[in-house]
Order: sequence, then structure tokens, then C-alpha cells
Amino acid sequence: MSEIHAHTVSHVRDTMLPQQAPPITETGVVKWIRENLFSSWLNAILTIISIYVIYRLLAGIVPWFFHSVWSAESLSECRDVLAAKGLGAHDGACFSVLTARWHQMVFGYYPSDLYWRPLLALAVFFVGIAPILFANLPRKMLLITMSVPFICFWLLWGGSIWFPLTTALGFVLGYVAMNFVGKSISPLAGVIAAIVVPLLYWIFVAGALSNGLQDVIPLDIETVQSRKFGGFMLSVIIGLSAIILSLPLGILLALARQSDLFIIKTSAVIFIEVIRGVPLIVWLFTAQLLLNYFLPPGSNFDLTLRVIIMVTLFASAYIAEVVRGGLAALPKGQYEGGDSLGLDYWQSMQLIILPQALKISIPGIVNTFIGLFKDTTLVVFIGLFDPLGIAGAIRATTEWNGIYWELFAFIGLMFFIACFSMGRYSLYLENKLQRENR
Amino acid sequence: MSTLTDPPKPAFRLSQLIYDTRYRSITIQVVALILIIAALYWLANNTVSNLAALGKDFDFGFLSQPAGYDINQMLIEYDNQMSHGRAALVGIMNTLLVAFLGCIAATIIGVFVGVLRLSKNWVVSRLMAVYVEGFRNVPLLLWIILIFAIMSEAMPQPRDFRGAEPAASMILGDSFAITNRGVYLPRLGFTNSLSGDEVVASQDGLTPVASGGLDWLLILATLGISIIAMRFVTNRANLVQQSTGVRPNTLWKNLAIFFVPIGIVLFFLGVVIVRPFLQGFNFTEGTHLRNSLIALWLALSLYTGAFIAEIVRSGILAVSNGQSEAAFALGMQPSKTMKLVILPQAMRVIIPPLISQFLNLTKNSSLAIAVGYMDVRATLGGISISQTGRELEGMLLLGGFYLALSLIISSGMNYYNTRTKLEER
Repeated sequence: MSEIHAHTVSHVRDTMLPQQAPPITETGVVKWIRENLFSSWLNAILTIISIYVIYRLLAGIVPWFFHSVWSAESLSECRDVLAAKGLGAHDGACFSVLTARWHQMVFGYYPSDLYWRPLLALAVFFVGIAPILFANLPRKMLLITMSVPFICFWLLWGGSIWFPLTTALGFVLGYVAMNFVGKSISPLAGVIAAIVVPLLYWIFVAGALSNGLQDVIPLDIETVQSRKFGGFMLSVIIGLSAIILSLPLGILLALARQSDLFIIKTSAVIFIEVIRGVPLIVWLFTAQLLLNYFLPPGSNFDLTLRVIIMVTLFASAYIAEVVRGGLAALPKGQYEGGDSLGLDYWQSMQLIILPQALKISIPGIVNTFIGLFKDTTLVVFIGLFDPLGIAGAIRATTEWNGIYWELFAFIGLMFFIACFSMGRYSLYLENKLQRENR
Repeated sequence: MSTLTDPPKPAFRLSQLIYDTRYRSITIQVVALILIIAALYWLANNTVSNLAALGKDFDFGFLSQPAGYDINQMLIEYDNQMSHGRAALVGIMNTLLVAFLGCIAATIIGVFVGVLRLSKNWVVSRLMAVYVEGFRNVPLLLWIILIFAIMSEAMPQPRDFRGAEPAASMILGDSFAITNRGVYLPRLGFTNSLSGDEVVASQDGLTPVASGGLDWLLILATLGISIIAMRFVTNRANLVQQSTGVRPNTLWKNLAIFFVPIGIVLFFLGVVIVRPFLQGFNFTEGTHLRNSLIALWLALSLYTGAFIAEIVRSGILAVSNGQSEAAFALGMQPSKTMKLVILPQAMRVIIPPLISQFLNLTKNSSLAIAVGYMDVRATLGGISISQTGRELEGMLLLGGFYLALSLIISSGMNYYNTRTKLEER
């Protein structure tokens, strides 16, 4: 073949051709559409069905949304405005119900001149939670965290400042007793003292002390009854207090369920399974109908508080299962390592096991919280005014009788924003943990 | 020679109960037991004194008293002269019905959506993601109420179906009517019904037809026998294949075994389809699914389906690519690869959370209260309690029912888990 020279073949190109653009089906949007949407018959059919579904959904919602009325005093007025535009009663949304009643959706029947109090409580809560979420903040801030429950309680319910203060004093007393007795007698006696001293203090001293101080230095703000709580405020209060209270309880239950001690393990298993086996709504009805049977005769306390207790117990069983998963996921060597260092049970739990197990279970805990937050809507059935209850109450007024979709859309959107962002946070944590453990 | 003797045992001191790890666990357990018993005694004591103060006793006798209220949906015979116990049973059947229907629908939705969410088709996978996130992040209660509102507010009234030019019309060949009072479906009737007590229709000049329990029992029995026979044929084919290497063709045999007996039975019963039709102000005949059932069923299945979709997706993703590549390298067909390699491994990941979703769905069916569906919470835990004033007994029975149900389901799941557990050494 080496005899072939330029003059023996008919034509030899001596210049480079300019680069051609790739065919239109292989670039840009067309290629993307071909590969992603119409790669096969099945895919093409699916795409067309999906686009049709999206079109139907948007065709229903978008005009409804764009023809919405934002300023009207009642549903009939809103329909008049729509009719003046030549639209039917259901062709445009009456979001004016939100502008007129948003304060009820958010705060329930909380007195409107006191709205600053729940807002301030929320701000205090965020300050308190910051040192837990961000490890690089000064550890001293944890003291603020510990005082947050009492501050928030006082801000939300009002009344004398001495009640939460004297209650908080019980915890301080317990801490002091544990340190003092624990150092002077024995650690075990310290633990017993830390339980007994505050209990005695709360039962016999706290009430009198609180009343006495109130008489000497009256420091109080307006009391708000808990039946005035409602709307998203109520959901957030129930959800947050339940999750915060249920965390320690759930961790203890998980440890008990993993324990070698037969009686402790069995009682933890029974508690967890009974709580998880029965729907929340049955527990709520139990709180409403039966709790008075189980308490000493004559005792009667607030329905909201009862609900918080019930939801806390409910959530603690779920958290216990999540934490148990974390405990089970740790390699056995970690437990054995703790034992071989000569640490006792609580030390090895505190220093070795729980930090790792809790870290693994944080995404699960966040997911439990999302479920719990959604479940707070169930309190409507025992007569509390959660967002759905408020929506029913708004619908029962003469002005807004017959309004459905706008309220549902608003409630759904609020829950979606809250739960979706928490879900993303939990995903982010999961990914971060996976990267760290690699 | 030294004699072997045990070292002298130190005398037991009381302090060992606290400081010696051998005895400490006993101490702790005894203390815990005493505390638990004390707490239970306190609760029981309070309950007894509270009941005494109210002049009530603890007695389940109310279950045999006449209930005196009607239930609008019943799978077993019931009228308001029957007992509270019977009413509770009707409620239990209704709970199980909606849970069963919900589990099936949620699984179908979940598998479809989970697979489609992994599709390379951008529009489809986005649409499925929107569905999953939308339903997962909004309370179930809101969905139930919303679907109920759509059914009862936006659907046509039965009277819209009448007239020469009706505002609404039945769909699928005049068989289904979707109204604001519920959905009306066609049902099967038998001209030669075995029980024949319950006359259903004399529609369009047809002979009267009936449909009773005996007919359905016969049909179910026939189907059951056919299925057992089909398994027998398949097992024989397996044996033949193992001994000779050639698998006999079983398709036609199986089809014949399935369709011929049931066809004969249906022919002799004289099966006809009874369509719902408008009579007066409402539809009659056919099967009536109430709005409450539809709303609860749809909302439960759509909500749980979103969770199941995520489970299915993660199950498929959990089987590594190498598994299917290895199967192809061994020369397996794609269908066999799916059946023998991928699915068994994915199922191990999918089934346990799937069953706990079924459990959640069953428990969530108690939200029937939002739409007035008469489930066990509404009968036993609702009307019966308020009529007899037996809160304690009623709630105990109600809780016991849900607890038993979830224990049964979760013990089934534990059995599955131990059976499919990977052997680890």
C-alpha cells in the first residue's frame, strides 16, 4: 500500500474542514427531551399522561388563585366582587378570609393586645435551642436553655412570676442536694437526695413560698386561660413541649429496653408496645374521658396540659424505638470498650454509648417530630382549637359560612412548609452523618 | 499432697446489695418492681374510689344490652335492637374493611409511584416527587377532610342525573354514578340464587335477582379449589422438570382449571350485573359506597402510599448494581434476574417497613371520626360509651382491640424477619 501516492489517487483533501455543529437531535433541549422524555414508547406515553395531569391541576388552581379576592369582609361580599368581574362563585379564591382572620389562625383566641407574648416566647425558645444546634456557641448559654421552659411558660400563660421561679428553684435545690450529699455521704445517697429533696420542696414549700412572695412583691402579668390558646400557636406549643419532654423519657425507655435486668426490660417493653399499639386519638380520648378516674378524687387539671402529657407519653414510646435503633446500630466493641476501661454503666452510657447512638438517631428523632407535629391536628376532636378547629369555628360564623378550600389551602401550606423544611434538615443530617462515618 | 478446698466464703453483708454487681441487679429490680406495683396500686385505688364516688361499677354487662342506635354501613346483619357488643363487632368489621381496602390501594399506589420516581423520565419523576412530598408533609386529617369536602361539595347531586339533558351523567356505560351522596357501583345478582331471601332488583324488565351469603360462599369455595388444583399442577410440572429436564406446558391447563369451574358455577347461578339506577330522588340498587368510606379510603391510601413509595424506592436502590450485572453474566434473562435475584433482596428491605406502614394505616383509620365513618371507635368508643356512660370499660376494650390488632401484625412481621434474616457468622 505504500506505493499509493498523492498522484495515484484521484482526490486528496489538503485542507481541514471546519468543525460542524452536532446534529440538532444530539444537542441542547432537543437531545435532553429525546433522552429524558421520549426515549421509548412507554416513556412517551408516561410523559404525555403526566403533562396532561399537570395541565389539569394547573388549569384548576392557577385561575382560581389569580382571580383571588384579598379584601372583603364576608364570603357574600367576596362573591359579589367576583360577580362584578363576571366570574362565578367558585372561579376565584376568597383569600380575604385570611386577611380578615389570620390572627385567629395563628393565635386562636389569645387576647390580641398580648400577641407579643407568644412571639417573645418563640424568640426565647430559639435563643435557648441555639447552643444545642450549634456546638461552637459558648457552653454557658446552656444555662439560658435550662431556664427557657420556665420563661416560656410564664410568657404564655401569664400570672405571677413567682410560680415558675419557685418551681425552678426545686431543680436548683435538687442539684445542690445531689452535690452536697453526694460528696459528703455517698453518690447513691446523693441521687436519692436529688429526688427526695425537690419533691418534698414542691409538695410542702413551693406553693406557700410562691404565694408569700407574691403577697410581698406582686410581680405578675395578665393570666391567659389555656382554652384561649389556638391556631398554629397551639400546634407549636403541644408539638415542641411534647418533643422536648419526651426526649429524656424516650432515652430512658430505650436504655431500659436494652437492659439486662428482666423486670425493667419487661416493663419498658410493655409500656412501649401498649403506647405504640393504640392510635393517638384513643389516647387523646383517654386523656379527656379517663384521666380523672386515675388521679386522686377531686383533682382536676387543664385539658391542654392533659393533652401535652398524653402526647409526651405517646412520643416518648416512638422516640424510645428510634433511640433503640441507634443503640443497636453501635458495634458491640463500643460497649465492651467501655467495660474494659472500668467504667460503670452510667459512665459508659454517658461518655461512650449515648453520644454515638443519639447522633445516629437524630434523623429519626426529627422524623418522629414531623409526625408528631402533624398529629397535633387530632386535638380538634377533644375540643381544642388547633388550626382545623379554628377553621371550623371560622366557617361557623355568619360572615364566612361555606368557605372551605381557602382555609384548607392555607393550613396545608403552613404544615407543608414546616414539615418539608424539617424533613430536608433531617436529610441533610443523614447525609452529613454518612460522610462523617465513612 | 494438699487437699483442695474452696476458699472460705466471705459472709454476706447487707452493703453487698448495693456495691456488689452480683447482687445489685437484684436490688434494682426489686426496688423497680415495688415502685411499679405501688404506682399501679395508686392508679387502681384512685380509679376504685372515683368510680365509687360516681356510683358506677366496673362491669362489661353493657355489651349485651340493646344498643338502640343505627349504623349506616354494616357488613354483618345489625339493627338497633341488637346489643352493644354486636354494634362493636359491626364497627370492628368496618375498621377492618377500610384498613384492608386502604392497604391494598396504598400498596398499589406506593409501588407505582416508587418505581416511577426512579424513572429516567424527568417529568414523571418530578411529578411523583411532588406527590410524595405533598402528601407526606401535610396532616392526614387535612387530606381526609379535604377529600370529604370535595366529594360532598363538588360532586353533582343525584337529581342532576335526571331529565332529558342531565347536568351530570353516569360513567362507564351507565354503570357508575358519582354523586355528592357517595358512589354507586354495579353489583352481581343471581337469578337462581341459593339463599334467595334478599331480593335485589327487578330492573328493566329483568327477572328478579337475589344475592346472598351462600352464593358468595359457593363462588369463593370454587375459586379456592381451583387455586389449589393449579398449585398441584405447577408442583407436578416442577417434579417432571426435575426428573426429566423438560418442563411440561402448564399455561393452558391452569387457565382451564381456573376459568371453567367458576364459569359453570356462575352460569348455574344465573349471574347478572345489577346496575344502580335513579329512582325518586336517589339511586337505588347497586352497591353504595358512602362519602365517608370513599374519603377515608382515598385519603388513607394516598397518604400511606406516599410513604410506601419511599420505602419501595429505597428498597430498589438498596440492591447494588453488581447483583443484576452478576446475574446477567451468568446468562439469566431479565425477567428471571428480577424474580430470582433483585426482588428477593429488595423484599427483605421493603417488607418490614411496609408492614409497619400497614399498621400505621390501620391505626390511622381511627381518624374516621372526622367524616363520621362508623368504625369501631365511633360505635364502641363513641356512641356506646356516651349512651351507657361506661367510659372505662369501653376505652379499655377499644384500646385492647387496637393493641391486639397491632400485636398480631407485628408478630407476623417478626416471623418474616427471622425467616429472611441473613445468616451472619
